[in-house]
Amino acid sequence: MNEQLVTCAALTKRYGNKTALDRVDLELGRGKIVGLLGPNGSGKTTLIKILCGLLQPTEGTVLIDGQGVGPYTKSILSYLPDRMYFADWMKATDLFDLFHDFYADFDKVKAVNMCASLGVTPSDRIKTMSKGTKEKVQLVLVMARKAQLYLLDEPIAGVDPAARDFILGTILTNYNEDGTVLISTHLISDIEKVLDEAIFLKQGHITLHDTVDNIREREGKSVDALFREVFRAPNYEGGAF
Amino acid sequence: MDWTFTEDRPIWQQLTEQITLRILKGTYLPGDKLPAVRELAAQAGVNPNTMQRALAQLEADGLAVGGRTAGRTVTEDRSIIQSARETRARAAVRACLELLAELGYSREDALAFMNMKEELHDE
Repeated sequence: MNEQLVTCAALTKRYGNKTALDRVDLELGRGKIVGLLGPNGSGKTTLIKILCGLLQPTEGTVLIDGQGVGPYTKSILSYLPDRMYFADWMKATDLFDLFHDFYADFDKVKAVNMCASLGVTPSDRIKTMSKGTKEKVQLVLVMARKAQLYLLDEPIAGVDPAARDFILGTILTNYNEDGTVLISTHLISDIEKVLDEAIFLKQGHITLHDTVDNIREREGKSVDALFREVFRAPNYEGGAF
Repeated sequence: MDWTFTEDRPIWQQLTEQITLRILKGTYLPGDKLPAVRELAAQAGVNPNTMQRALAQLEADGLAVGGRTAGRTVTEDRSIIQSARETRARAAVRACLELLAELGYSREDALAFMNMKEELHDE
């Protein structure tokens, strides 16, 4: 087992002449819950998609558990995309069967139990579900795997605050203890207390990567407050209306 | 009992304080088994590593004892709990006196206020 679960070196991604990630160096250990925090367009989804193998980096290297991105790394990581990608005629139980076929580490019994505690009926068709319920089904699929790396892209954006707490609780109680969870979000105050570490991503650069405890101790304020300070948009000064 | 956190300090310190308070209040009695790290973490909605650190501090303070496998229990040494209770009470009095000083009361007036048990109850 490699000491670091994820190692990125000088990772760069350009879309045409727009640079989404600019020489990013990143190391993630095991057994951590890490927040990937940044405003819209800062490169969060790009970074996650490169780790998944859905995007090729323009330059730089990625190692996950010591291996380049490929079939092995895909077998040990569980990815929650920022949007739904399932056919809507399917039922949640169909999806469980699909995941069971695809992933050796998928635990169907756990998936059914998680649905029960989240108040989702697995025999319902995706089509008939609300946006929040669909997100819950996706989360169940992702968390019912015993993966080493969970990549959750905006897992709480579409659900109400009460469901948010419930989903965070689900993540906390269901992730594999040796596994690492990387959560991208801009809803920091909601997730701050579940995080070990926070990464600030700003225009394709990592401007901060530290433990939440260290940040609070050093800054005397929450990660959420620091984020608002670092990413404050300048006031619009377009003149009087 | 709810868990609440303020913005300005590390969460593990606040967890240690709140568990300590539960021991001092008798929510957890001397010799009681404390819930497992994961269970406490889920209750408080925090990361298990954070809760682990809070409990390690509780052990360092002598309020919790226990091992890796058997789980932690509240200390049976009541003198440790008693001294923690006094430390806490002293801090509460100090904070109260500081506030009253800011409001312009002398030490004597402040202590007189503290003796007005009857009137305080009426408010």
